[in-house]
Amino acid sequence: MDSLTVIAVSSIIAAGLTMCIGAIGPALGEGMAAKQAVSAIAQQPDEKNTIMRTLFVSLAMIESIAIYCFVISMILIFANPFWDHFISIAKGG
Amino acid sequence: MEILRLNQISPDQLILWQLGFAKITATMVYTWFIMALLLFFSWLATHRISTDLHITRWQNLLEVIVSTIRDQIKEISQDSPDDYLAFIGTLFLFIGLSNLLTVIPGYLAPTSSLTTTAALAICVFIAVPLYGITRRGLLGYFKEYFQPTFIFFPFHVMGEFTRTLALAIRLFGNIMSHDKVIGILLAVTPLFFPIVMNALGLLIGMVQAYIFAILAMVYIASATQAHEQETQKGKH
Repeated sequence: MDSLTVIAVSSIIAAGLTMCIGAIGPALGEGMAAKQAVSAIAQQPDEKNTIMRTLFVSLAMIESIAIYCFVISMILIFANPFWDHFISIAKGG
Repeated sequence: MEILRLNQISPDQLILWQLGFAKITATMVYTWFIMALLLFFSWLATHRISTDLHITRWQNLLEVIVSTIRDQIKEISQDSPDDYLAFIGTLFLFIGLSNLLTVIPGYLAPTSSLTTTAALAICVFIAVPLYGITRRGLLGYFKEYFQPTFIFFPFHVMGEFTRTLALAIRLFGNIMSHDKVIGILLAVTPLFFPIVMNALGLLIGMVQAYIFAILAMVYIASATQAHEQETQKGKH
């Protein structure tokens, strides 16, 4: 296999694995946060506003990990620097 | 005008006009468009402002928006919201409007480009020590970096940078991914699902604008608030 094929194969596999493994943790975390928030609202409906605001902020924090993974996989597929480098070499040579 | 292709992940790559080093990208044009829109609406709302019982529709709308933002800031900072209203309100309105307008065909949200979100995050990065120093003085603010012991200094500094990065990447990732998901769904199920995802995108856009503003406020509050705890301790 030449280097272009290796880069293409490894980028696609790595992008898939990044999303696959990277989504597990945030999914579990968001589920737990939402569960706790719902039971807290059920116990103290008066504090709903504060709980909801804290929930949104913490969900955004947790979700950002999954978003990082997504950005990495998008870069690997659509804006891969190694791919561009070898394409430019292939064009030049 | 050419619309963004699927393999271009940022509207920066769409160059409308170029003269040597200087170029005008789609991001800049749409940012100007939103700035003009916000300016126009605020002029419309405030050029006949009055304290009468009968107020214009636009003034009513503006009062609702401003008082909601003030209430939210007051709840977080436990402080007078007037110092923070201009900064936090501008962040929220700009991001919110630029996310909402994605329902217009041909429009590319400036927030789906990493340059815009990085600029906004750097504004927050500068504003946090600015508010902290004006509230607590230079020494009082930097003392916070050495709490509880001096070993924690590098972690505090690292935290400043990573949360700025997180702020930028979160907004960029959410809005950009929403665009891409709709693009991919258009190819798979052309008629119905893209509309549903568009409706979901409006919600995501507003939630992200809210989260960006709230997080900026939380960071500023954490830089200014230790002051009040100290003064309360002094009173007892």
